[in-house]
Amino acid sequence: MLKQIEGSQAVADAVALCRPNVISAYPITPQTHIVEDLATIVAEGKLDSEFINVESEFAAASLVLGASAAGARAYTATTSQGLLLMTEVLYCIAGMRLPIVLTCANRAISAPLSIWNDHQDSMSIRDSGWIQIHAEDNQEASDLHFQAFKIAEKTFLPVMVCMDGFILTHAFEPVDIPDQNKVDDFLPTFRPRHTVDPMYPRGLGLFADPRFYMETRYIVHRAMEKSEATIKEVSEEFNNAFGRQSGGLIKTYKLDKADLVIVAMGSVVGTIKDTIDRLEEKGKSVGLLQICSFRPFPRKLVYQFLKNKANIVVLEKAISLGRGGILGSDVRWSFPRTEQIDRKISNFVAGLGGRDIRMDDIEAMVERVEKEHVELDFLGLNRDLISERDL
Amino acid sequence: MIEIRIHGRGGQGNVRAAELLAIAAFKDGKFAQAFPAFGAERMGAPVQAFVRIDDKKIRLREQIGKPDYLIIQDEMLMETVPVLDGLKSDGAILVNSNRTPEELQLNTKARVDTIPATEIALEIIGRPIPNAIMIGAFCAISGLVSLEAAQAAIMEIFPGRIGENNVAALERANEIIQKRKNHVETD
Repeated sequence: MLKQIEGSQAVADAVALCRPNVISAYPITPQTHIVEDLATIVAEGKLDSEFINVESEFAAASLVLGASAAGARAYTATTSQGLLLMTEVLYCIAGMRLPIVLTCANRAISAPLSIWNDHQDSMSIRDSGWIQIHAEDNQEASDLHFQAFKIAEKTFLPVMVCMDGFILTHAFEPVDIPDQNKVDDFLPTFRPRHTVDPMYPRGLGLFADPRFYMETRYIVHRAMEKSEATIKEVSEEFNNAFGRQSGGLIKTYKLDKADLVIVAMGSVVGTIKDTIDRLEEKGKSVGLLQICSFRPFPRKLVYQFLKNKANIVVLEKAISLGRGGILGSDVRWSFPRTEQIDRKISNFVAGLGGRDIRMDDIEAMVERVEKEHVELDFLGLNRDLISERDL
Repeated sequence: MIEIRIHGRGGQGNVRAAELLAIAAFKDGKFAQAFPAFGAERMGAPVQAFVRIDDKKIRLREQIGKPDYLIIQDEMLMETVPVLDGLKSDGAILVNSNRTPEELQLNTKARVDTIPATEIALEIIGRPIPNAIMIGAFCAISGLVSLEAAQAAIMEIFPGRIGENNVAALERANEIIQKRKNHVETD
């Protein structure tokens, strides 16, 4: 049913329809309404699930790890510092191949304290072995959860659904929440590969000396690469079952004929699409390559769609301090080495700590890269706030 | 696309007003988007909330810098916050005030309307939360959202007595504006 609801509520409703056996979360800041709404759904008896409030995000991640290892479909949600506090356990979950789903309401990281949106939190654990998929709007944020459980349980890799904190989580917009029977048809009951059971003792994620450890990392890496096919397949199954395009590896907008292509991910692609339409009215041909799956990074597809493009600009809400753009780097390395030399791939960091990204900013960025190649710059940076002494 | 910016103080139901307008527009069969300006929310702090209404899907995520409509829930804010920034010259402003639009002496070409929303809220709801009254007046002035849809939106979010009181307050605001309109027409 189509409803005008808050993004967090839409995600909570979607997660409930996935019938998780165990939900665990730290219920205090930084947290979203997602788990608050899920707690209500469970308390009202609308979902038969163990909802467990814990004392920290570290505990929440540990709890879903244990639950998943015991064979449960398990879910948690967090953001920002909460995700960082989970980090140690998140690596364990991936190493143990536990198909947990986590919603990350993307937000900035301290210090200084910021409660606002960017992608630095999920970026900080991009190498952990979690699949990371980014939502464009609240319909997709909701839909990606049905897909996330399916992808996770097919690949035995944990899946993080990334949605922009505040910009999506706190926005009221129309979202179609499907019927339970349709979700049940799409998402079969979870069949764990191995479970821990006191009757038949077995260890999980124990000790690997130098003879064994490297193979575990090779396996997770290969499984991540192979999961590209599963992500695509599940997205297609979803489109067939629910009649709307959602998820997958990448999406494009007016890309075919465009000379200049913007690469981006998350909710900012909505503003970019409107800017592209506005530029089109002015006679400019600009396209969009939207990254839906950030990990695994679909580098072959990225290359395929960008190889004939003369001018590429990557807009991203994160930075590797001391190196530069992260998505920008991934896009650049999607090209074979010989093709990187003369290629103009510009990189802009934008929207850190919730700095508004306006159509005017995107248009200014386009105008600039039409004139020059920009190795790295910050969109909307206020240089009056920066003194030489601090640099 | 119509863009509305709401200014008020934490505790006046600014974000809720934006949500209610979006739900009401949705009930009228339109596409709508509502979101807050994400301040560090606390009672009394200046707060902004945004609403977009359109006939097609809304993709834009930037904050509203050039609104068609302004809803000012606390007139004192106009002394400290540049609330009029970016307002379109053919736009309209609705201010919660006991004064007349002329008495406010706002430096704008946009149309100005006032309504004593806090006074009405205290009388009907018993608490100084002006948002339902402002929504009622906004519906009557703009014609963008139907009164029926706004009533239904309030009852959806606040079932029971709180909702009923707010609906009564909303209707009062609508009556006041309609009466004024009739006066203008008979003049």
